[in-house]
Amino acid sequence: MFKKQNLSPPANSLRQGPDENGHFGLYGGRYVAETLMPLILSVEQAWKQAKHDPAFWEEFHKLAADYIGRPSPLYFAQATTKHLGGAKIYFKRDELNHTGAHKINHCLGQILVARRMGKTRIIAETGAGQHGVATATVCALFDMPCTVFMGAEDVERQKPNVFRMKLLGAEVVPVTSGSATLKDAMNEALRHWVTHVHDTYYLIGTVAGPHPYPEMVRDFQSVIGTELRDQMQQKEGRLPDTLVACIGGGSNAMGLFHPFLDDPSVQMCGVEAGGHGVTTDKHAASLTGGTPGVLHGMKSYFLQNKDGQITEAHSISAGLDYPGIGPEHAFLHDTGRIQYVSVTDDEALAAFQMMAKLEGIIPALEPAHAFAHVMKLAPTLPPDHLLVMNLCGRGDKDIFTVADKLGMKI
Amino acid sequence: MSQRIIQRFESLTSRGQKALVTFVMAGDPDLSASTEILSALPSSGADIIEIGMPFTDPMADGPAIQSAGLRALAHGTGLTEVLSLVQQFRRHNQDTPIILMGYFNPILAYNPQKFVQDAASAGADGLIIVDLPPEESNEIAPHARAAGLDMIRLITPTTDSARLPHILTGASGFLYYVSIAGVTGSKSADVNAVADHIARIKTQTRLPVVAGFGIKTPADVSAFSRIADGVVVGSAIVQYIEQHQKETNLAQRVSAHVSALKSAMSA
Repeated sequence: MFKKQNLSPPANSLRQGPDENGHFGLYGGRYVAETLMPLILSVEQAWKQAKHDPAFWEEFHKLAADYIGRPSPLYFAQATTKHLGGAKIYFKRDELNHTGAHKINHCLGQILVARRMGKTRIIAETGAGQHGVATATVCALFDMPCTVFMGAEDVERQKPNVFRMKLLGAEVVPVTSGSATLKDAMNEALRHWVTHVHDTYYLIGTVAGPHPYPEMVRDFQSVIGTELRDQMQQKEGRLPDTLVACIGGGSNAMGLFHPFLDDPSVQMCGVEAGGHGVTTDKHAASLTGGTPGVLHGMKSYFLQNKDGQITEAHSISAGLDYPGIGPEHAFLHDTGRIQYVSVTDDEALAAFQMMAKLEGIIPALEPAHAFAHVMKLAPTLPPDHLLVMNLCGRGDKDIFTVADKLGMKI
Repeated sequence: MSQRIIQRFESLTSRGQKALVTFVMAGDPDLSASTEILSALPSSGADIIEIGMPFTDPMADGPAIQSAGLRALAHGTGLTEVLSLVQQFRRHNQDTPIILMGYFNPILAYNPQKFVQDAASAGADGLIIVDLPPEESNEIAPHARAAGLDMIRLITPTTDSARLPHILTGASGFLYYVSIAGVTGSKSADVNAVADHIARIKTQTRLPVVAGFGIKTPADVSAFSRIADGVVVGSAIVQYIEQHQKETNLAQRVSAHVSALKSAMSA
């Protein structure tokens, strides 16, 4: 029932990237300090071997099924479809995964790679805390010490996840440098890694960072799109028409989109966090409101001023609050294969409440952004149009933020 | 190739001396103080000067240089200001090599080709771009060569014998040996281990090799200058500037600090 991902796309495929140096067109690469280069190259070596080893994938898929609970259901959202009065809407329910988000997919894959490399401890960065919780979870499972770097501001606004990580045995290090959010947590994780190169594996939480991370995380997350293909075939006997996913670094979106890149009939839309609006200086929409640059080991789009200094991102959702985006998204943006839009904090907040009432599902604020776009898009489409939204995380972690925004006390 | 770098090492070697390389952040604590500090460095014993180009996200730097960068950015120090500091320095000094050190993103925003041309005409001699390994350097290295700027390459404790030749290809000026696997300003390296690494590098290149990262005190300078062609002191000077930034005679104080490091060297 569980198909292996097709990892060898044909020539002229949009799924061929990256090239041997980790470039997706102009983007990607390995922009790291020399101290990290040998380590990055050894991660690449280990990943290459794992990728072509059936035993590796057997272990991955067995745990994906029994521990994560995959495949995640493809759910026909009847009430939403009726309410919006247009396209037929499905949710890919990755919020039902163990730990409540899609992040566990790439955490499981990467810790298996780390074990093959003989690494004995794991570090990670986290924004909303979902990736931190998922990392702490697989570390508990494999009995490996885990240190999670988290912006001090995020530690404050995501207390439940901080507690979860601690329960799972992880050490959470609040990062106070810079803007004290996700980008600074990533800087600090890289600084720590440079100091502990011999025994430590850096488990990156999105399709970003130096090669091979964007490719590796994408290939683990592609389990989402690969499952969807089969499930849609079973339910509707054909491919979906439109895919919608939210984007911070872009891991859940890439996992949903990638298996469909070579199907020209499938339209795809990535939804960035528009914060107070992309024309203000408070948003996290790197593609819509940023320019190409180099940070965190990769060339991609970043929020920056004219001098190339990185500016602070803003989003109501801690998981989207990152001033960059994975390099493959930058490439697909420039080619025009994927459309990228943004929705504001307020639109996401309204969508969050709407989904809870319509479907009895409290989404995370991240996919609430995707849902806000679905609410705009669906009514413009005919009833036989199959629209799939990746419901990439559940909203338990966000109830405090939302209550605060709505002026309610918990 | 920068003639200043070649001549500086030749002249030091002929006197049996090693190079003291000092790092300061451009625009720290502000532009005018920075101008004064720079102009006082050569007479206090700095043989080569590294000027930091501030960046918001310096992922290879420890807390001292991170905060120096933020102080400089708070005063609006961009690459244009960095180059004008170099230009002012060159008005009264023609011999001391200047290496610009920083991260790639601000250079990318400036335009790499234009940046190396402007840097060369301002009087810079070399570039260290921390997050630009040889694999990614094509966007700037050919332009730097054409403009006569050296791309100073970093070699680290993690560089193995398979990677070393790759780094040495296209290296010029001198080589910067990063003595510890860590960020700038970390605790000192083991001098014997560094000696072995540098000896290994020396069998494969004729370029001078300087050691940096974690070299702070006159005692460190004395120990490391015996095993390398030069030593880099960065965070310790930057930290000294931070501690004394409010004082009126800042440049003189920094000079005295650097002189003490230089005397440790010739001792």
